[in-house]
Amino acid sequence: MATTPRKSRPRAAARSSGALPHGLTAQQCRDMYRKMVQIRHFEDHAAEAYAQAKVGGFLHLYIGEEAVAVGAIAAVREDDHILGHYRDHGYALARGCDVRACMAELFGRDTGICHGRGGSMHLADASRHFWGGHAIVGSHIPIGAGMAYAMQYLEQPLVVLDFFGDGATGNGIFHEGLNMAALWNLPVVFICENNLYGMGATLAEESPVSDMMIKAEGYTMPAVQCDGMDVLSVYGAVQQAAEHCRSGKGPFFVEAMTYRFRGHSMADPELYRDKEEVRRWRELDPIPRFGDFLVQHRITSPQELAEVNEEVEAEMLEAVRFADSSPWPEPDSVDRWIYAKPIDPEATEEAPSMAGNPAGAAS
Amino acid sequence: MAELTYREAVRSAMREEMRSDSRVILMGESITGYGGSYAVTKGLVEEFGPKRVMETPIAEAGIVGFAVGAAMGGLRPVAELMTVNFALLALDQIVNSAAKFHYMFGGQWSVPLVVRTVSGFGQLGPTHSQTFEGWFASVPGLKVVMPATPADAKGLLLAAIRDPDPVIFIEHSLLYSTKGEVPEQEGLEVPIGRASVVREGTDVTLVGYSRMLLQALHAAEVLEREDGVSCEVVDLRTLRPLDYPTVVASVGRTHRLVLCGEDWRTGGFGASLLSEIHDRSFDDLDAPIARVAMRDIPLPYSRKLEQQLIPASQQIVDAVRRMS
Repeated sequence: MATTPRKSRPRAAARSSGALPHGLTAQQCRDMYRKMVQIRHFEDHAAEAYAQAKVGGFLHLYIGEEAVAVGAIAAVREDDHILGHYRDHGYALARGCDVRACMAELFGRDTGICHGRGGSMHLADASRHFWGGHAIVGSHIPIGAGMAYAMQYLEQPLVVLDFFGDGATGNGIFHEGLNMAALWNLPVVFICENNLYGMGATLAEESPVSDMMIKAEGYTMPAVQCDGMDVLSVYGAVQQAAEHCRSGKGPFFVEAMTYRFRGHSMADPELYRDKEEVRRWRELDPIPRFGDFLVQHRITSPQELAEVNEEVEAEMLEAVRFADSSPWPEPDSVDRWIYAKPIDPEATEEAPSMAGNPAGAAS
Repeated sequence: MAELTYREAVRSAMREEMRSDSRVILMGESITGYGGSYAVTKGLVEEFGPKRVMETPIAEAGIVGFAVGAAMGGLRPVAELMTVNFALLALDQIVNSAAKFHYMFGGQWSVPLVVRTVSGFGQLGPTHSQTFEGWFASVPGLKVVMPATPADAKGLLLAAIRDPDPVIFIEHSLLYSTKGEVPEQEGLEVPIGRASVVREGTDVTLVGYSRMLLQALHAAEVLEREDGVSCEVVDLRTLRPLDYPTVVASVGRTHRLVLCGEDWRTGGFGASLLSEIHDRSFDDLDAPIARVAMRDIPLPYSRKLEQQLIPASQQIVDAVRRMS
């Protein structure tokens, strides 16, 4: 059973010399810390708004898994492509999407990042190359492969990060997507967030193997496992994976061992896991862990970390105020965007008679 | 005009568009060396190479998902699903991905994708003889095209490849060898969303599409010859968005209507068509709208059993005779 938290090995050489691992700068580290705090606070406020019935439908919180999205997305270019699953707030914020527009999307407002059409599970920002939260488990795995094919075909030096959970690996579409990506040597990094549960199913109940990276082997895909509670571990793994893809060597599989501190969704009574297990994982909380690292390496001070928390909290309060006071979408706009090129036969004249045209001749 | 088979017309649309637009790629099962299950893509890999004519694994959901991603990445994929029966494996990608992205992401991007697939039968048994256009046509976000003639097959496929939205393009296996005149001018589109009055008449309107259009035309000849009944025949060509004004105008002239389809009577495409025409044309109708459809039975293998189920011109003739 892989329900015991694993600690990544400290990078002794890098730390003793005072240098940061993976070529990271101090500013990049501070940015990653802030992003993780942003996600944490965003989710806390989303949960509060859900309890107040200001956010409806399904709400899946990323709390506990922040290091995965932040470490992975920091490790690639800003114009590399990202696709994720329905627990998607983390990807949006890690990519730098507008916090207010994300919150307004949860509130269903016209100012939402998808104008209230998608909701929590379907955030997206094409201008930042974030191509969506996808809420049918595994569906975006071949989509990411197809995007990677387009990059290869158009000779763009870009890679695709395709995030999914351990639960998706039981779905046929996961295997179809990996098979094609490997077959055609495509620049896509498959990032499996192994949080030990497919909704309420334990790993032992959903998979014959507890390490998902084993499933990449059958597709001859190189794979690494990283500590998903350690932003530096994720960063290093995805940096290596993206370099591999960008140099034309084909797809790469990264498994991030992580844990969600909250239930699957707000409706989850968490009957399938014990509180002691949750407590043990909470001790590995990626945010204070990375904060301690930054202080130890004199990249920041406890006081500066407290300031980051305050600034982010103020930003989130403002995002909630913005969302709550934003206008609803206009009722008349409900049929907007069904098509990029709407065709309205009602608006045209009756079709001209083609009688006598040999094209209509019966055989 | 050049005389082409329906198969050649589909192929020539792909060839012309691939020559003029390097973003257009084809993908599908056994579409290269084999030439496609119905030989539609024969010769294309030789001209355009394997990066543009992609041999895929047998993975329908993966094929369409991959094509959706390729479209998002800037290409113009045409994905071939060997038959509409196998398209069921890709329904999630068609309905939840291709049809939804433009809407649910607030118009940020569209999915310029064509899924080419095939209806038909011929002793293929219950799993290979089905007709699901009604399912696809029920989904907002999709455009659904079912050409009956070589000219329309070519012109509509050109329009579909150029369209920024996902188009389900359903061919018919029993039409591939039919011939017809096709304009020689390259790149000539037939617009999506326009029906066509292919035969004018005064007594009854027969509405069909795909193979049933030919059956309706045949029925019209029989009825004129044997009964002196003048039939107007409308080819829908596009099922979504549907050109209701053309059907309604025809019913306004003839006051009688027969809907001709191959899909099952219960929940088939004709059911929703009938409902809408009933609402729009009730005052114009002199008789209840009649439907020719498949009985609610899986299509069996045995030739004798299969033949008695397949909708054909005789059922259309019978339906008109029952009206008068």
